[in-house]
Amino acid sequence: MKGDVVLTATDLTRHYHVDRGTFRTPAVLKALDGATFTLMKGRTLAVVGESGCGKSTLARLVTMIEKPTSGMLHIGGTDVTAADKATLMNLHKTVQIVFQDPYGSLNPRQKIGHALEEPLLVNTPMGKKERREAALNIINLVGLRPEHYERYPHMFSGGQRQRIAVARALMLNPHIVVLDEPVSALDVSIQAQILNLIARLQEQFDLAYLFISHDLSVVKHIADEVMVMYLGKPVESGSRDTLFAQPHHPYTRALLSATPVADPFRIKERIVLHGELPSPIAPPSGCTFHPRCPSMTDICREKAPETREIDGCRVACYHPKTY
Amino acid sequence: MTETSFQEVVDDRPSGFRAVLTEFWSYFSENRGAVIGLFFFIAIIFIAVFAEFIAPHGPNHQYRDALLQPPFWQDGGSIKFPLGTDAVGRDMLSRLIFGAQYSLFIGCIVVSLSLVAGIIFGLLAGFFRGRVDTFIMRIMDIVLAFPSLLLALVLVAVLGPSLINAMIAIAIVQQPHYVRLTRAAVMTEMTKDYVTAARVIGIRSLRLMFVTILPNCMAPLIVQAALSFSTAILDAAALGFLGMGAQPPTPEWGTMLAEAREFILRAWWVVTFPGVAILTTVLAINLMGDGLRDALDPKLKRS
Repeated sequence: MKGDVVLTATDLTRHYHVDRGTFRTPAVLKALDGATFTLMKGRTLAVVGESGCGKSTLARLVTMIEKPTSGMLHIGGTDVTAADKATLMNLHKTVQIVFQDPYGSLNPRQKIGHALEEPLLVNTPMGKKERREAALNIINLVGLRPEHYERYPHMFSGGQRQRIAVARALMLNPHIVVLDEPVSALDVSIQAQILNLIARLQEQFDLAYLFISHDLSVVKHIADEVMVMYLGKPVESGSRDTLFAQPHHPYTRALLSATPVADPFRIKERIVLHGELPSPIAPPSGCTFHPRCPSMTDICREKAPETREIDGCRVACYHPKTY
Repeated sequence: MTETSFQEVVDDRPSGFRAVLTEFWSYFSENRGAVIGLFFFIAIIFIAVFAEFIAPHGPNHQYRDALLQPPFWQDGGSIKFPLGTDAVGRDMLSRLIFGAQYSLFIGCIVVSLSLVAGIIFGLLAGFFRGRVDTFIMRIMDIVLAFPSLLLALVLVAVLGPSLINAMIAIAIVQQPHYVRLTRAAVMTEMTKDYVTAARVIGIRSLRLMFVTILPNCMAPLIVQAALSFSTAILDAAALGFLGMGAQPPTPEWGTMLAEAREFILRAWWVVTFPGVAILTTVLAINLMGDGLRDALDPKLKRS
């Protein structure tokens, strides 16, 4: 059913230990610090934020490449953090990923056909003929031609490679597909093709997408829900329409004001953030956004804000803009 | 925005093994020294394989009436022994021809032994990192810290002097180079997305190591193998010369040199020809290896 919850994450955190030399204690890098969200069947959750805000770490946790430091991650009702090996192997099949760089995500020594069949080879008892059939089927589905089966990745353009990457992600009939900036390495004209392909496949297979991006115009086009992240923490999340029309968090507003809009008569409210993204090894006290926030007050410096519900959006801010 | 069934320009360059070979040859043949080296090497292989039919005499057959006979162009030489005979009347040319067999044999065995061991250790170190990596690499550092010939000598002294033991010793001495190369290449590949993608689709470690990653690390290893082929021959000759490798009367080039040591001043041909044989073979293989490196190095490619 559309709208069934397929993934819930509660306070998901991932900390890395960073070596600082022999005689100093390793530092703790909070790449992801308490993310809570749900993914629903047939829907797209977009995660936005600048580079270094923990988007890709989130992708690695959801695809179970890495284990969360703390927090809960339920996929299809199973707790990932407590699952044994056999359950995990099964769960692996239900979550697949498409990477940003289509040039690095395909094995250069592997023919396309073989790359597509490999998931079936290692996970299912299917025979050679069936696998080939399935691969040709999916090649057709993503808009490639059967003769591409015998080709190597270097013979394709970026857009075609990304189609292959999408095809490979779908080979195991997953429920969830993590799209880690799937179009940011492509030309704008190709971006539209890939986005439409992704949207069509979602419709066809009722897939839940976790769409990671820093391009808000792409997010506006494809997302149902949006989660804005800053320094490992979600600062605002809500449905696309509310969030784009009425952004509450100052960071969200700054992000949205930076998106170019092709309308010369629009009155622009341009919020310019100063300074750099702070280091996640030594994040600022209180609300991590306070050093760059235009509406900062004393309390922001002292205590991190709780997440509150405002107009259907979950906002972590003391001074949200209300409409 | 409608999804167009687009017809992008498809790369129609031929694919598969033949195309790879054609491309390889076009780069390789640019280097004339490498081509000469390759042909010389092929000639040596030919000579070694058909030694029985090419050699005019048996390698260990003694002609008691022709001791230390000079080559045919000198006074006292005869066409029966084109490169003269040694101190016990064996034909130099025939011994050199049979010696080629030993040199190639040593090269092949040493390279395959060290390559296999090096790849396995390198893959383990680069793949698992952490303690496994530290453990393997520190051992390799220790092996590398010894002068290679000295370590080989010690190993042979422990194992006992024979050609097989010499080969094992040389393989042990050479194998750290392969470990380092493999480890470095594996570490580079591990960061690429296709490895992560392979993990996500559920490929286990062993398959990931040998089927996914290893084929992408082969180029530097092939070059190293070609270059260390000559080092192996050289080291084996050196061990033979010191009496720790092949034992007389084996017509191994280094051993032949050792046997001929006392005649250096009286009969130049008994020392010169095995030396020249070693020199030219090693030179040819090195030239070929350089060409291989140029042809396989992606940084030097233009397309």
